Amino acid sequence: MTESGKPILYSYFRSSCSWRVRIALALKSIDYETVPVNLIKDGGQQFSKEFQALNPMKQVPALKIDGITIGQSLAIIEYLEETRPTPRLLPQDPKKRVLVRMISDLIAGGIQPLQNLSILKQVGQENQLAWAQKAISSGFNALEQILQSTAGKYCVGDEVSMADLCLVPQVANAERYKVDLTPYPTISRINKALLALEAFQVSHPCRQPDTPPELRA
Amino acid sequence: MKQVPALKIDGITIGQSLAIIEYLEETRPTPRLLPQDPKKRVLVRMISDLIAGGIQPLQNLSILKQVGQENQLAWAQKAISSGFNALEQILQSTAGKYCVGDEVSMADLCLVPQVANAERYKVDLTPYPTISRINKALLALEAFQVSHPCRQPDTPPELRA
Repeated sequence: MTESGKPILYSYFRSSCSWRVRIALALKSIDYETVPVNLIKDGGQQFSKEFQALNPMKQVPALKIDGITIGQSLAIIEYLEETRPTPRLLPQDPKKRVLVRMISDLIAGGIQPLQNLSILKQVGQENQLAWAQKAISSGFNALEQILQSTAGKYCVGDEVSMADLCLVPQVANAERYKVDLTPYPTISRINKALLALEAFQVSHPCRQPDTPPELRA
Repeated sequence: MKQVPALKIDGITIGQSLAIIEYLEETRPTPRLLPQDPKKRVLVRMISDLIAGGIQPLQNLSILKQVGQENQLAWAQKAISSGFNALEQILQSTAGKYCVGDEVSMADLCLVPQVANAERYKVDLTPYPTISRINKALLALEAFQVSHPCRQPDTPPELRA
């Protein structure tokens, strides 16, 4: 924690995983400081010795809070949920909680890791776009189908949940990689509804301390 | 999602192994698979997510098909050793007898199958003594034995224990 006692979020403006945590912090009105970690500059600041000591996974986000430093966006969000329970990000009913986690894991475990910076570097520049598009559209095919039975106003029923925190950043990645979203009307509708909410706006990549001037809102 | 596992239970069908495990934990809470203390729970989830989100999806069947047969072994080895490098470091501050302290948790359920994958892809485990020690301790437990790939209804005869 800083001298002011505020949590510190290690974040990259464009990182979809960091955005998920930023949304959670905004929804729960948790005031925090951002330490930007540029994933591209200097060969990737996440690989520095200092950052690795903080988070051995060499990834963002990492959150320093309550005397601990934690990585993995969903683990962080569940910690925030357990320690700052209002407003809820997970429903009370276990049969609805499992849907929220299932959708979150589909995105955070099944789509994003297959199209993150690290993997795209490995597949080589000429293959990157096709690879990212395939990862995202495969995942969105499944997600669109699932949402047809789980969604109300948002991913699971009518309350914003952890699943929604995963959805919006992933749709932004889809747009970045020019994925055609026409096959995914439910995903698109929910994404639009969520982007109208303040927490999704203040946490947006275009409004971060490390947003480059040309991308700033 | 066209993937396993899927569990049909209590009138619902659910996918995603960690979501399933958390559901089982909430509806059948004993014995615990997650500690009570939120600061320990987060470590369990962090380690579980590292493996289930950060290693396995990068070396599953679907991805390996895409990278092509001649690249598969190197690709799988890279995914696993990158992840294990981070995990070994994390475990040094979280581990007791098992991944987080001295109680079996969801993190341990993720570790053992991932080590089996590492062995399958011939990853050198010498750099990971904590992972190896914990894996060995867990494999001695009955639940990890009865659930082993070599003892399943669909285990091929030549791989059966």
